Amino acid sequence: MSEKVWIAGGGVISGIGLDVPACIQSFRDMKPGMEAMQHLSSVHRTTFPVAEVKADNATLADIARMPENISRTALLSMIAAREAWQSSGLGDISQYRVGFVSGNTVGGMDKTEDFFAEYLSDPRGGRLQNLVHHECGSITELVADSLGVRHHISTISTACSSGANALMYGSRLIRNNIVDVVIAGGTDALTRFTLNGFNTLMILDQQPCRPFDDTRTGLNLGEGAGYVVLVSDSLAARLQPWCRLSGFANANDAFHQTASSPDGTGNYLAMKGALDMGGLQPQQIGYINLHGTGTQNNDVSEGIAINRLFAPHFPAMSSTKSFTGHTLGASGGIEAVFSALAVKEGIIYPNARFEHQMKELPFAPVTAFSAGHDLQHVMSNSFGFGGNCSSLLFSRAS
Amino acid sequence: MQIYINGTGCISPQETAQGGPLLATPREYEQVRLATVDPDYKQWIDVKQIRRMSRVVKMGVGAANLSLEAAGITAPDAIITGTAYGCLDDTGVFLTKMVNQQEEMLTPTAFIQSTHNTVAGQIALLLGCNGYNNTFVHRGFSFENALLDAIMILKEGSAQHILAGGVDEITNHSHQLLSRFGLYKKTPVKTMELLNSPSRGTIAGEGAAFFTLGITKQPGAVAELSGVSTLYKPLWEGEVIGHIMKFLEDNNCTPADIDLIVTGRNGDIDQDEIYEEVADALFPEHAEASFKHLCGEYPTAASFGVWMANAIIAQQEVPEAAAFFGKAPEKIKKVLIYNHHQGTHHSLVLLTAC
Repeated sequence: MSEKVWIAGGGVISGIGLDVPACIQSFRDMKPGMEAMQHLSSVHRTTFPVAEVKADNATLADIARMPENISRTALLSMIAAREAWQSSGLGDISQYRVGFVSGNTVGGMDKTEDFFAEYLSDPRGGRLQNLVHHECGSITELVADSLGVRHHISTISTACSSGANALMYGSRLIRNNIVDVVIAGGTDALTRFTLNGFNTLMILDQQPCRPFDDTRTGLNLGEGAGYVVLVSDSLAARLQPWCRLSGFANANDAFHQTASSPDGTGNYLAMKGALDMGGLQPQQIGYINLHGTGTQNNDVSEGIAINRLFAPHFPAMSSTKSFTGHTLGASGGIEAVFSALAVKEGIIYPNARFEHQMKELPFAPVTAFSAGHDLQHVMSNSFGFGGNCSSLLFSRAS
Repeated sequence: MQIYINGTGCISPQETAQGGPLLATPREYEQVRLATVDPDYKQWIDVKQIRRMSRVVKMGVGAANLSLEAAGITAPDAIITGTAYGCLDDTGVFLTKMVNQQEEMLTPTAFIQSTHNTVAGQIALLLGCNGYNNTFVHRGFSFENALLDAIMILKEGSAQHILAGGVDEITNHSHQLLSRFGLYKKTPVKTMELLNSPSRGTIAGEGAAFFTLGITKQPGAVAELSGVSTLYKPLWEGEVIGHIMKFLEDNNCTPADIDLIVTGRNGDIDQDEIYEEVADALFPEHAEASFKHLCGEYPTAASFGVWMANAIIAQQEVPEAAAFFGKAPEKIKKVLIYNHHQGTHHSLVLLTAC
């Protein structure tokens, strides 16, 4: 049994870049990804900015080496998962017992919603080809089959924390000797279903979002995928792992189906649980990648929970959603890669568009990119619908 | 470490929510779409809330409560669900309105309740449970992944009692669409004749089965959850047989130690062939029970199978309605549940009487 679980690599595709180096360059250049919709077809096209991946399905299919007519969610997943695998230096995937654990929230909904328009006018209408990958698990299988992963395949859907929970389950699979390697993270493409859903909740900002700013009025949706490669001790010994997945916890706010409790109970329990598992004190954390959606509700609950746990030793903090938008099921995976890389490269990411201090909080997010810090421990938060709250901890190899 | 099934709860097309002897009066159907026999949900949920809840949430909450009551546990440390389809009804409602109203004037309720973690979230909300909460949505592995996650967490020692279960619903849209894929019988077949029907296709089912798992044995426990394993897209029958042998070996037993096999036969001649092959190769003389003629086929139907296997161990008898082949021995100690969903998702669950 492997005592520890390591991060051997990572891959990201998002509104700020088609791979990890491109995303990091966008942070350096302070270039967020929110723009008017180019690829999603919606009546709200000009109302809500979104952080779309800057490529159409034909281009993504080329990069992914998959058919163009499958769900964009699978194309994004494949591109990030392959980058993650290649960055690990593990080589031939068939040489290992590998798991693929991927989170997503709406599966192949981008195709289903096109299908549904035809089907509603005629129950025998619509092409079944557009429905066949509707299930969340089907997206995972398209990618697992292309990668050649067979040993353990799973899909998690806990709204905005799906990707983070995939890392926890993946870590347990390694510790229980079920597999030696797990590609874990999440994926989600923008869909009309999600855009309209968030619009009914009245939490979409019509301007680029302002996480942890006192004047924030909501989130921007984004899309993308992000995966880390988790490996056991014995494999890590042969590689140069980025860092260690040193702690994690998942708690439920048990307050409301979509809103966070005012005192951030679930958020606090998740962060505290992750610290406890890692055997760490709050003051040892060097940077927190915030959930930081930019909604009134999230940022105040998350901030109050951080205040309760960390005061007076506040680490550097920022919400990378101010660049990537909220990528939902992908966000936990994307931000896990950013956080693991933060440990490896000593990066502190900027929080774009922060100007006004939140009156409820004694701390402010970091607004400029910097690298080369001595970051021993980094925390990543993912909170969401259904009260699901998850925190991950990444630590320097030691 | 032993993991005990301290309580179970099941809402299904059979009268499983009432208690009493297992399948004493089986409901017989002659249709290709089965629906759950609903208990009175008011015993667990406020009337005002019931009206807003979709069926999948109600059956999940109901089965979860039945399982906790049976275990004598009020507050589990973790809640883990498996659901392949999630909240189809609310998804369909929101999609339909979005299409018909051209993305205008939509209301949030259906969207809020459409997310796959709604069932686990609602259970946590109703129980006030701040513990670990997860939802697996991987087709024919959703329920098995939930069980495996629970086992790993219990072994880790971070929880004492975990509520884990599988749940899926049928809606008018989903049934119409799945029928277009040719999954179901062209003409209805009687419940007790389904498994011997000489044609392709099965019947659609739905339901929820939950299990309160723990590392200490509660008075209601009759079985241990000894092991769970999944096999994805086996290349040929030999791989399935090898996987079962390895699974038994990992659990320190051989086919001779198994007293009863419970299989996921669904009456589709093509899909049932593998059960014949496995029985011929490993369990030629073993008694076999089946369950999908009783609950229908759905991606988390194995949860009904595990629930039934646990009840068989409790009663030490295979009810006539579930018997498929042979006669179980006097003492039923080890039961192997072998299920597959659409030939691609194979799973094994081993229960041992305690």
